[in-house]
Amino acid sequence: MAKEQAGHRPALLDEALGPGGPIIVFDNVWLAFDDKVILRNVSFTLQTGHTKIFLGASGAGKSTILRLILGLLKPDEGRIFVNGEETDRMPEDDLMAVRADLGMVFQEGALFDSLTVRENVGYKLFEELRWPTEQANARVEEVLGFIGLSDYIDRMPSELSGGQRRRVAIARAMAAKPRILLYDEPTTGLDPITALTVDEEIVKLRDVEGVSSIVVTHQLRDAFFIAEHTVARSGRDVTFDRAAGHKAYEAEFIMLRDGRIAFEGTADELRAFALQDEYVHSFLS
Amino acid sequence: MIGKFFRGLVTRPFYYRDVIEQFEAIGVGSLTVVILTGMFTGMVLALQSGFTLDQFGARSMVGRLVSASIVKELGPVLTGLMVAGRVGSGIAAELGSMMVTDQIAALRALGTDPIRKLVVPRILAGIVMVPILTVIASAIGIVGGWLVTSTLLRVASSVYWNAVVQGLYMQDVWMGLIKPFVLGFTIVSIGCHVGLRTEGGTQGVGRSTTNAVVVSSVAVIAVDYLVTQLLIVLMY
Repeated sequence: MAKEQAGHRPALLDEALGPGGPIIVFDNVWLAFDDKVILRNVSFTLQTGHTKIFLGASGAGKSTILRLILGLLKPDEGRIFVNGEETDRMPEDDLMAVRADLGMVFQEGALFDSLTVRENVGYKLFEELRWPTEQANARVEEVLGFIGLSDYIDRMPSELSGGQRRRVAIARAMAAKPRILLYDEPTTGLDPITALTVDEEIVKLRDVEGVSSIVVTHQLRDAFFIAEHTVARSGRDVTFDRAAGHKAYEAEFIMLRDGRIAFEGTADELRAFALQDEYVHSFLS
Repeated sequence: MIGKFFRGLVTRPFYYRDVIEQFEAIGVGSLTVVILTGMFTGMVLALQSGFTLDQFGARSMVGRLVSASIVKELGPVLTGLMVAGRVGSGIAAELGSMMVTDQIAALRALGTDPIRKLVVPRILAGIVMVPILTVIASAIGIVGGWLVTSTLLRVASSVYWNAVVQGLYMQDVWMGLIKPFVLGFTIVSIGCHVGLRTEGGTQGVGRSTTNAVVVSSVAVIAVDYLVTQLLIVLMY
């Protein structure tokens, strides 16, 4: 089904979505709930291994974009491509295959209350991919080690703090090694130190694991940290440095205002734009 | 949702472990309330009918009245109402909470169809366990009737049990077995449907829970009437 749809794409789009092309494409997407227009003519692309950070006021349509990428919502108009597959009209059964390469960290974590941390993190491996138990457990222990929560493996979500729940949600999203991770307000409501830990996990996943990511947030401190830092690994140690050279262009900001893209560019370009635009200036200050 | 349920029954993936968990939660979990309801219903039915039948010198017929009433009507309906109160509300609250905390969206994001994972096991458990619970409730109700008849009404046990058997026809037994299948399906479907349509945070969960109990309780009575009428036409 998805392949058939891809066959009807214009040649230029086919070429753009080929090897080395963007991993996510939004093409003139519109969405309204009843009379309220949420997204107006939104277009952007996400290159493999890059990060897009969506900023904007509450209700600007940031989280809606993530739900559209996952296929949890369908656009009224426009087209959405994920991993080269057009997903905007794809039936739910076909979307399951597209979602195999996507991980999502929901606001507040959305961990399953009745499952332990191990079962939450390994949910996809145990229930959907049916990995052998030993292999799945090894992967769960590996990702929990990656986010520094190995000691919490047999706890229930209710026994974790807000920051720990958010990190377990990141572990769950990355367990099946997706190539794209979507973060919905990953640091909202967390104290600055815990938020920084979550930011570092996002940067590590991008720079160490090569995961493409979209981060929705209105926490500017976290947004700029993710955009302007890179991680270097030597053995088991990782160090965070300021992104320079081509790395500084791998994370871009998109600012949404009333459902439209008001700005798209790097951190430095955003700062420069804020000097000219009153709304962006007031948002950043 | 019902169409997706039937598709989920015959196509993969099928979540066996969840089905077993729901059999335990809906069946074993409701056993105590159903046993107590059946017992006291049988006891009060024997007590009331005993004094009424006394006016006609027919105290020995208590067993007939108790068995026919419980097997045909009170067993299925009261079990249905108890399950609606306990299970229907529980399902609506659980699925409603999962909706408002994005757990259902998380399931879909992880590649799981919520209907297959959450609805199919629950409806299957309802269809299988409500009839079993009804048989238990009816049996316990008849035993409760015997306790009151033999101790308070002073009717010999053999007379009571003879009357119980005489009061039951095969059609009655079928009616008592067919109704709970439909009731189990109705109660759990309503709980799932209401739960999965929850919105509006914790207030919404409260609303869904109340709606599930009210709608499924009324549905139990209405479906009981419709199925009874249909079965009378077909079997009697």
